[in-house]
Amino acid sequence: MQQFLDLTLSGLSQGAIYAAFALALVLIWRSTRVVNFAQGAMGMFTTYLALLAVDAGWSYWAALLLALGSGLLLGAFIERVVIRPVENGPELNPVIVTLGVFIALQALASLLFGAQYRSFPAPFGLTGLQAGSVNLAITPYGLFTIGAVLVTMIALVALFRFTDLGLRLRASAFNGEVSRLLGVPVGRMLTLGWALAAVVGSLSGLLIAGGELVWPAYMDPLIVYGFVAAVLGGLDSPAGAVIGGVAIGLALSYVSGYAGSEFAGLAALLILVAVLLVRPAGLFGRATVRKV
Amino acid sequence: MTAPERRSERPAPRSTAPPALVVEGLTATYGPVTALREVSIPTEPGRVTAVLGANGAGKTTLLRTISGLVRPQAGQVRLGERDLTGAAPETVAGAGVAHVPEGRGVITELTVEENLRLGSLLGRRRASGRGGPARGWSLDDVLELFPAIAERRRRPADTLSGGERQMLVIGRALLTEPDVLLLDEPSLGLAPRVVTQIFAVLRDLTEQHALTVVLVEQNARSALEVADTGVVLALGRVVAVSEAAELAADQALRHAYLGF
Ligand SMILES: Nc1ncnc2c1ncn2[C@@H]1O[C@H](COP(=O)(O)OP(=O)(O)OP(=O)(O)O)[C@@H](O)[C@H]1O
Ligand SMILES: [Mg+2]
Repeated sequence: MQQFLDLTLSGLSQGAIYAAFALALVLIWRSTRVVNFAQGAMGMFTTYLALLAVDAGWSYWAALLLALGSGLLLGAFIERVVIRPVENGPELNPVIVTLGVFIALQALASLLFGAQYRSFPAPFGLTGLQAGSVNLAITPYGLFTIGAVLVTMIALVALFRFTDLGLRLRASAFNGEVSRLLGVPVGRMLTLGWALAAVVGSLSGLLIAGGELVWPAYMDPLIVYGFVAAVLGGLDSPAGAVIGGVAIGLALSYVSGYAGSEFAGLAALLILVAVLLVRPAGLFGRATVRKV
Repeated sequence: MTAPERRSERPAPRSTAPPALVVEGLTATYGPVTALREVSIPTEPGRVTAVLGANGAGKTTLLRTISGLVRPQAGQVRLGERDLTGAAPETVAGAGVAHVPEGRGVITELTVEENLRLGSLLGRRRASGRGGPARGWSLDDVLELFPAIAERRRRPADTLSGGERQMLVIGRALLTEPDVLLLDEPSLGLAPRVVTQIFAVLRDLTEQHALTVVLVEQNARSALEVADTGVVLALGRVVAVSEAAELAADQALRHAYLGF
């Protein structure tokens, strides 16, 4: 029972990070029909920027803001400069371009920051909390992770649901042509969509790095699990991405805890295949063809 | 659609003279296909111009060229003082041209009210840009004009029937405070009674708000009943222009191009 509780708690904090990463993928997929394979590398790059800032004596919080801000700019830049020119060609082109960005950013990071392991700071303790005399598997940093992702989700939901800008963003994602006929500057909305997604992606990179080692490829496992979470949720559904992320986090935690961590990757693959067999559009995806 | 005594509550007609739409000599191509050849159409505020013709005549292309979705090879589109030739669709919309596209253009993933709010957002921007109050279409005015959609305002727009969708997109277009309304086959797939209703509303709106309306229709008979002027397109060329009543009376032309 104690073990189950511990695995649940650590699964939740990992799941929150997968959820954030999956959400970043979904935001981009939904608006531009591009699977952004560069998302992990983008988050890695901005995390390195935060590390540079910490090296230079900045506080963790200032470095965090720097990472998120540079994520915003990086997302906008990549959409404008790299994706936009190939957008109207064959559908596969932007996806291949994101793979190119992925490789380029990893290479650039090795050049600029070095390929060796570096340890990344955490703003809160990494030892388990205690409830009375019982040791819990949740750390203060784990709680911070869950909280940061929750706050981000709530802010995004508020933006999309309750603001005029959010309405324009959603309309542009769903139907660009009609949106333009209603005066919405769809091009700018797509850039903003990429920028917001990249912020969320940067957050996931930062959170997974906290108290751990970083190196240019440290995001690779997160890319896999985040991608599985996004597909699980249906790729089209932000809520699905979050639920998918948490589900993957929990599932991997149980598998690692009860069966051994070497089975985690296999379990992710099995879950993915099982879901796609039963529901090809994902748990929350729309299977219907879009009517305009 | 609405009880007559409610009419007075609708926004007052504008006081300043509306800008005139000029569509002259438009030529447009899709690769090797020339869809429009030097097409000019007469338009006037407060009047409906019907654009008729067979499938593939170029009617949709004409509207798409006016609203900026297609760039013309030659010719011009102006609204008042502004040259809109080749301008981006969002610019043309901002200038006061509301295009209700073929197949209606409901954003089905949004709710009915969200669709309407998109129209209001542009309407508000246009009103503040002009420095004065808008003619003042509010969401409530539109819901009052089309009670059928008022009941469904919080539902996803893809739950609406064809007629309701048409009301939604016309209402959404009105909320943008347009000077020009471009409608692409609004009668498509609607029961004759609904078509009559919608055309009656359209007629009222055109006169009361001095809208310049370009109405593309396959349904030539109904369109000529509501229109002031008729234009017939065939293979991308204008083959006839005249008063709607004259077109409707021209038996040879009707048989050759309009099929009634
Ligand atoms: N996107 C496109 N690419 C290539 N050719 C096109 C395209 N859209 C239209 N065309 C061609 O241009 C011509 C005019 O088409 P358009 O859609 O304007 O006709 P229409 O009068 O609206 O017809 P309908 O009554 O069937 O809607 C047709 O020959 C059509 O095949
Ligand atoms: Mg057409």
